[in-house]
Amino acid sequence: MNKHVSPRMNRRAFVIGTAAVGAGLAIGLDLPFGGPAVVRAADGSPEVNAWVVVRPDDTVVIRIARSEMGQGSLTGLAQLVAEELECDWSKVTTEYPTPGQSVARKRVWGDFSTGGSRGIRSSQDYVRKGGATARVMLIQAAADAWKVPASECTVDKGVITHKASGRTTTYGKVAEAAAKLTPPADVKLKDPKDWTIAGKGLLRLDTADKTTGAMVYGIDIKLPGMLNAAIKDCPVFGGKLKSYDEAKITGMKGVKKVVKVGDSAVAVVADTWWHAKTALEALPIVWDEGDNAKVSSETIAKWLAEGLDDAQPAYVGNKNGDVKAAIAGAAKKIEAVYNYPYQNHATMEPMNATALYTADKCEVWCGTQNGEAAFAAVLEASGLPAEKCDVHKVMLGGGFGRRGMTDYIRQAVAIAKQMPGTPVKLLWSREEDMTHGRYHPVTQCKMTGAFDADNNLVALHYRLSGQSILFSLRPEALQNGMDPAAFQGVAQSGEAALGYSVPNLLIEHSMRNPHVPPGFWRGVNVNHNAIYMECFMDELAHAAGQDPLEFRRKLMGKNPKHLAVLNAVAEKIGWTTPAPQGVYRGIAQVMGYGSYVAGAAEISVTDGNKIKVHRIVASTDPGYVVNPAQVERQIAGSFVYGLSALFYGGCTVKDGKIEQTNFDTFNSMRINEMPKVESVMVPSGGFWGGVGEPTIGVAAPAVLNAYFAATGKRIRSVPLRDQNITFA
Amino acid sequence: MANLTINGKSFTLDVEPDTPLLWAIRENAGLTGTKYGCGIAQCGACTVHMDGVAIRSCGISVAEAEGKKITTIEGLASGSTLHKVQQAWIAKDVPQCGYCQSGMIMAVAALLNEKPKPTDADIDEAITNICRCGTFQQVREAIHTIASA
Repeated sequence: MNKHVSPRMNRRAFVIGTAAVGAGLAIGLDLPFGGPAVVRAADGSPEVNAWVVVRPDDTVVIRIARSEMGQGSLTGLAQLVAEELECDWSKVTTEYPTPGQSVARKRVWGDFSTGGSRGIRSSQDYVRKGGATARVMLIQAAADAWKVPASECTVDKGVITHKASGRTTTYGKVAEAAAKLTPPADVKLKDPKDWTIAGKGLLRLDTADKTTGAMVYGIDIKLPGMLNAAIKDCPVFGGKLKSYDEAKITGMKGVKKVVKVGDSAVAVVADTWWHAKTALEALPIVWDEGDNAKVSSETIAKWLAEGLDDAQPAYVGNKNGDVKAAIAGAAKKIEAVYNYPYQNHATMEPMNATALYTADKCEVWCGTQNGEAAFAAVLEASGLPAEKCDVHKVMLGGGFGRRGMTDYIRQAVAIAKQMPGTPVKLLWSREEDMTHGRYHPVTQCKMTGAFDADNNLVALHYRLSGQSILFSLRPEALQNGMDPAAFQGVAQSGEAALGYSVPNLLIEHSMRNPHVPPGFWRGVNVNHNAIYMECFMDELAHAAGQDPLEFRRKLMGKNPKHLAVLNAVAEKIGWTTPAPQGVYRGIAQVMGYGSYVAGAAEISVTDGNKIKVHRIVASTDPGYVVNPAQVERQIAGSFVYGLSALFYGGCTVKDGKIEQTNFDTFNSMRINEMPKVESVMVPSGGFWGGVGEPTIGVAAPAVLNAYFAATGKRIRSVPLRDQNITFA
Repeated sequence: MANLTINGKSFTLDVEPDTPLLWAIRENAGLTGTKYGCGIAQCGACTVHMDGVAIRSCGISVAEAEGKKITTIEGLASGSTLHKVQQAWIAKDVPQCGYCQSGMIMAVAALLNEKPKPTDADIDEAITNICRCGTFQQVREAIHTIASA
């Protein structure tokens, strides 16, 4: 793309505060709807506006600010732009603007952050307007040339027609003139029921290169003169690098330099990564592990268990009635304690970034879920101003929340800064990746439910104890110390609201933050909250002697959207008809990321500990479905991610370090363990929810509830491998 | 130094004999389609063919690969005609992030060489690659599509 863009005029600029781009960087959001000066793409083709470039051969280049990491948003966002643009889908290609270009143009592309299942839902409005605005301008340009009113012109697949005079032209022919027009002040977006490109299960735009080895991920970056770095950070989080004996590896093949990275890591730079890694393994390193080396999973569990005690302080996230009085006066009560462990994201591509630092420029090539956060990290780590930095995004070999962090980018810049003029690719070994994650937070939960004499649920006390992600990563988002995100899935209202009405309810969080750094792990707090709530709902139903589906339904009258997806799943799996001989069912529902989801599983259990999952049904109401084929893949993939965590995941802490170092101890499901997922999409419209994450929440409880149905035993602790339960 | 035959071409590479084949392929031969995932032959992202058999290239040395015919994802197509597995992967939109798919495709191509019409049980036994995105459903469907063609 052209980095020397003309100043634009007649724009509405909004100065917005954003933590993502770091302090001291004052930028505004400039809505991208064209202007008098023609801005050109790198190949000279005119930008009709920031989202749409049309080449003379009618190819339409759609700019995508969000990152593609497999979730399909790149294709979905292009569909939304193309839908409004009325272009020929077969001529659509995409391009990432860089965060540096965006900042130079007052954030013309808006937010780059690709997390929280927000890729489509929080940019659909302005990208659709980008497409619609470009369409209006392209038609106007044709009408001007023909000297006819634009209202007499129509467009179909990028071909503009003036029916009365029988003339036609194409977007490619009028783009140059269109780019000079003043954009319309307002455009009307299509009703989704009229969509012909969006809403369809079109093939992804980024598949071919993924089948030939041609797709470039961060690990594949090659630059002239590039060296490779392997790194070891202190294995105890919060510890420091004390010393290393460089003489021991001097002269080893390919080694160029040994560098300290920050105050806690050391890297070896060599001609190849294999040489760098081999030398790093041979490098004697002394760590100052500090007090955190005394922490273990046992000490963490004990500390969290203390937080389950009502005498300890807790933040109240959702409350009505008087839960304690209601429990005290109840005819019957049941109680259960659950827990959920740390989880590593384990993206297939380990963390990596390539940096080139010179006195007047710092550039980074990497996979990142947040181009702007990566850009801010480069500014900070390089010490150079915004106009001298940039980040070139490439395909991510998985993200799952891990690549929203910038630790690996900062390290790469810190190394490159010590070798000015030489590009350096930093790649973490799998072992480094497993032991330096930003882990799914660790929690425990004590739940107490109380019934009246007629087995009606009159009180529910949900007391969560454990780690807060926001405390660690976004302390500015805490509300008087409370982490509102801790209540994802069990909140009173909003995009992750509890679907049950209980007359006396108390949902609270005793925040305890161990030293292990937490992160946003696909599904985030919905994951454990859904397990706790949905497994306990199953316990409550059985305590009341009621069917788990019927028991839930009675509590969901005020939440018709939650109920609708639950009903859709129940119907599809045939809940009211008997399962095959030896097969048992479990069901769960949750709301997260603005979407309503439910799941049901059919399993059989051999010898009490070998689970065969025969069938999974999942329903989702995300409001609108932009690409049903990709939504289906996100739903199925959510079960693979969620059930891998349930069966095989879990990171334990010993001497302050994470014990699992590779896929041999942190395993992941294989094809033989995964049944077909039957997805049911029930988009009800009127809102935009996300699809990449919410379904993970129902994966584990659906299977755990089926396990109880099969065995009469409750499993209240994850992962199952710790209880000698595995796949059949 | 090692002499390797990769995708029908001879390479003389400046590597130590104990260098894992994966890194010789990626860093010395410059073929980056083969991916590093675990380095301990667990995940299958580095799967290539050695004399037609799927192997995990992180787990064998260049010394063991000398004199063998190595095929990587870049060498699977015949000229400009993609291999039937690659074609099916595109038609069925199998990849998500795609990082594991080079290895997945190589494993599937080897399976189909051995068993042109694999059953679900054959697939379960032969395809043990990790995919964290969870493309298994599409992988299975694509294999059956190829087998029934």
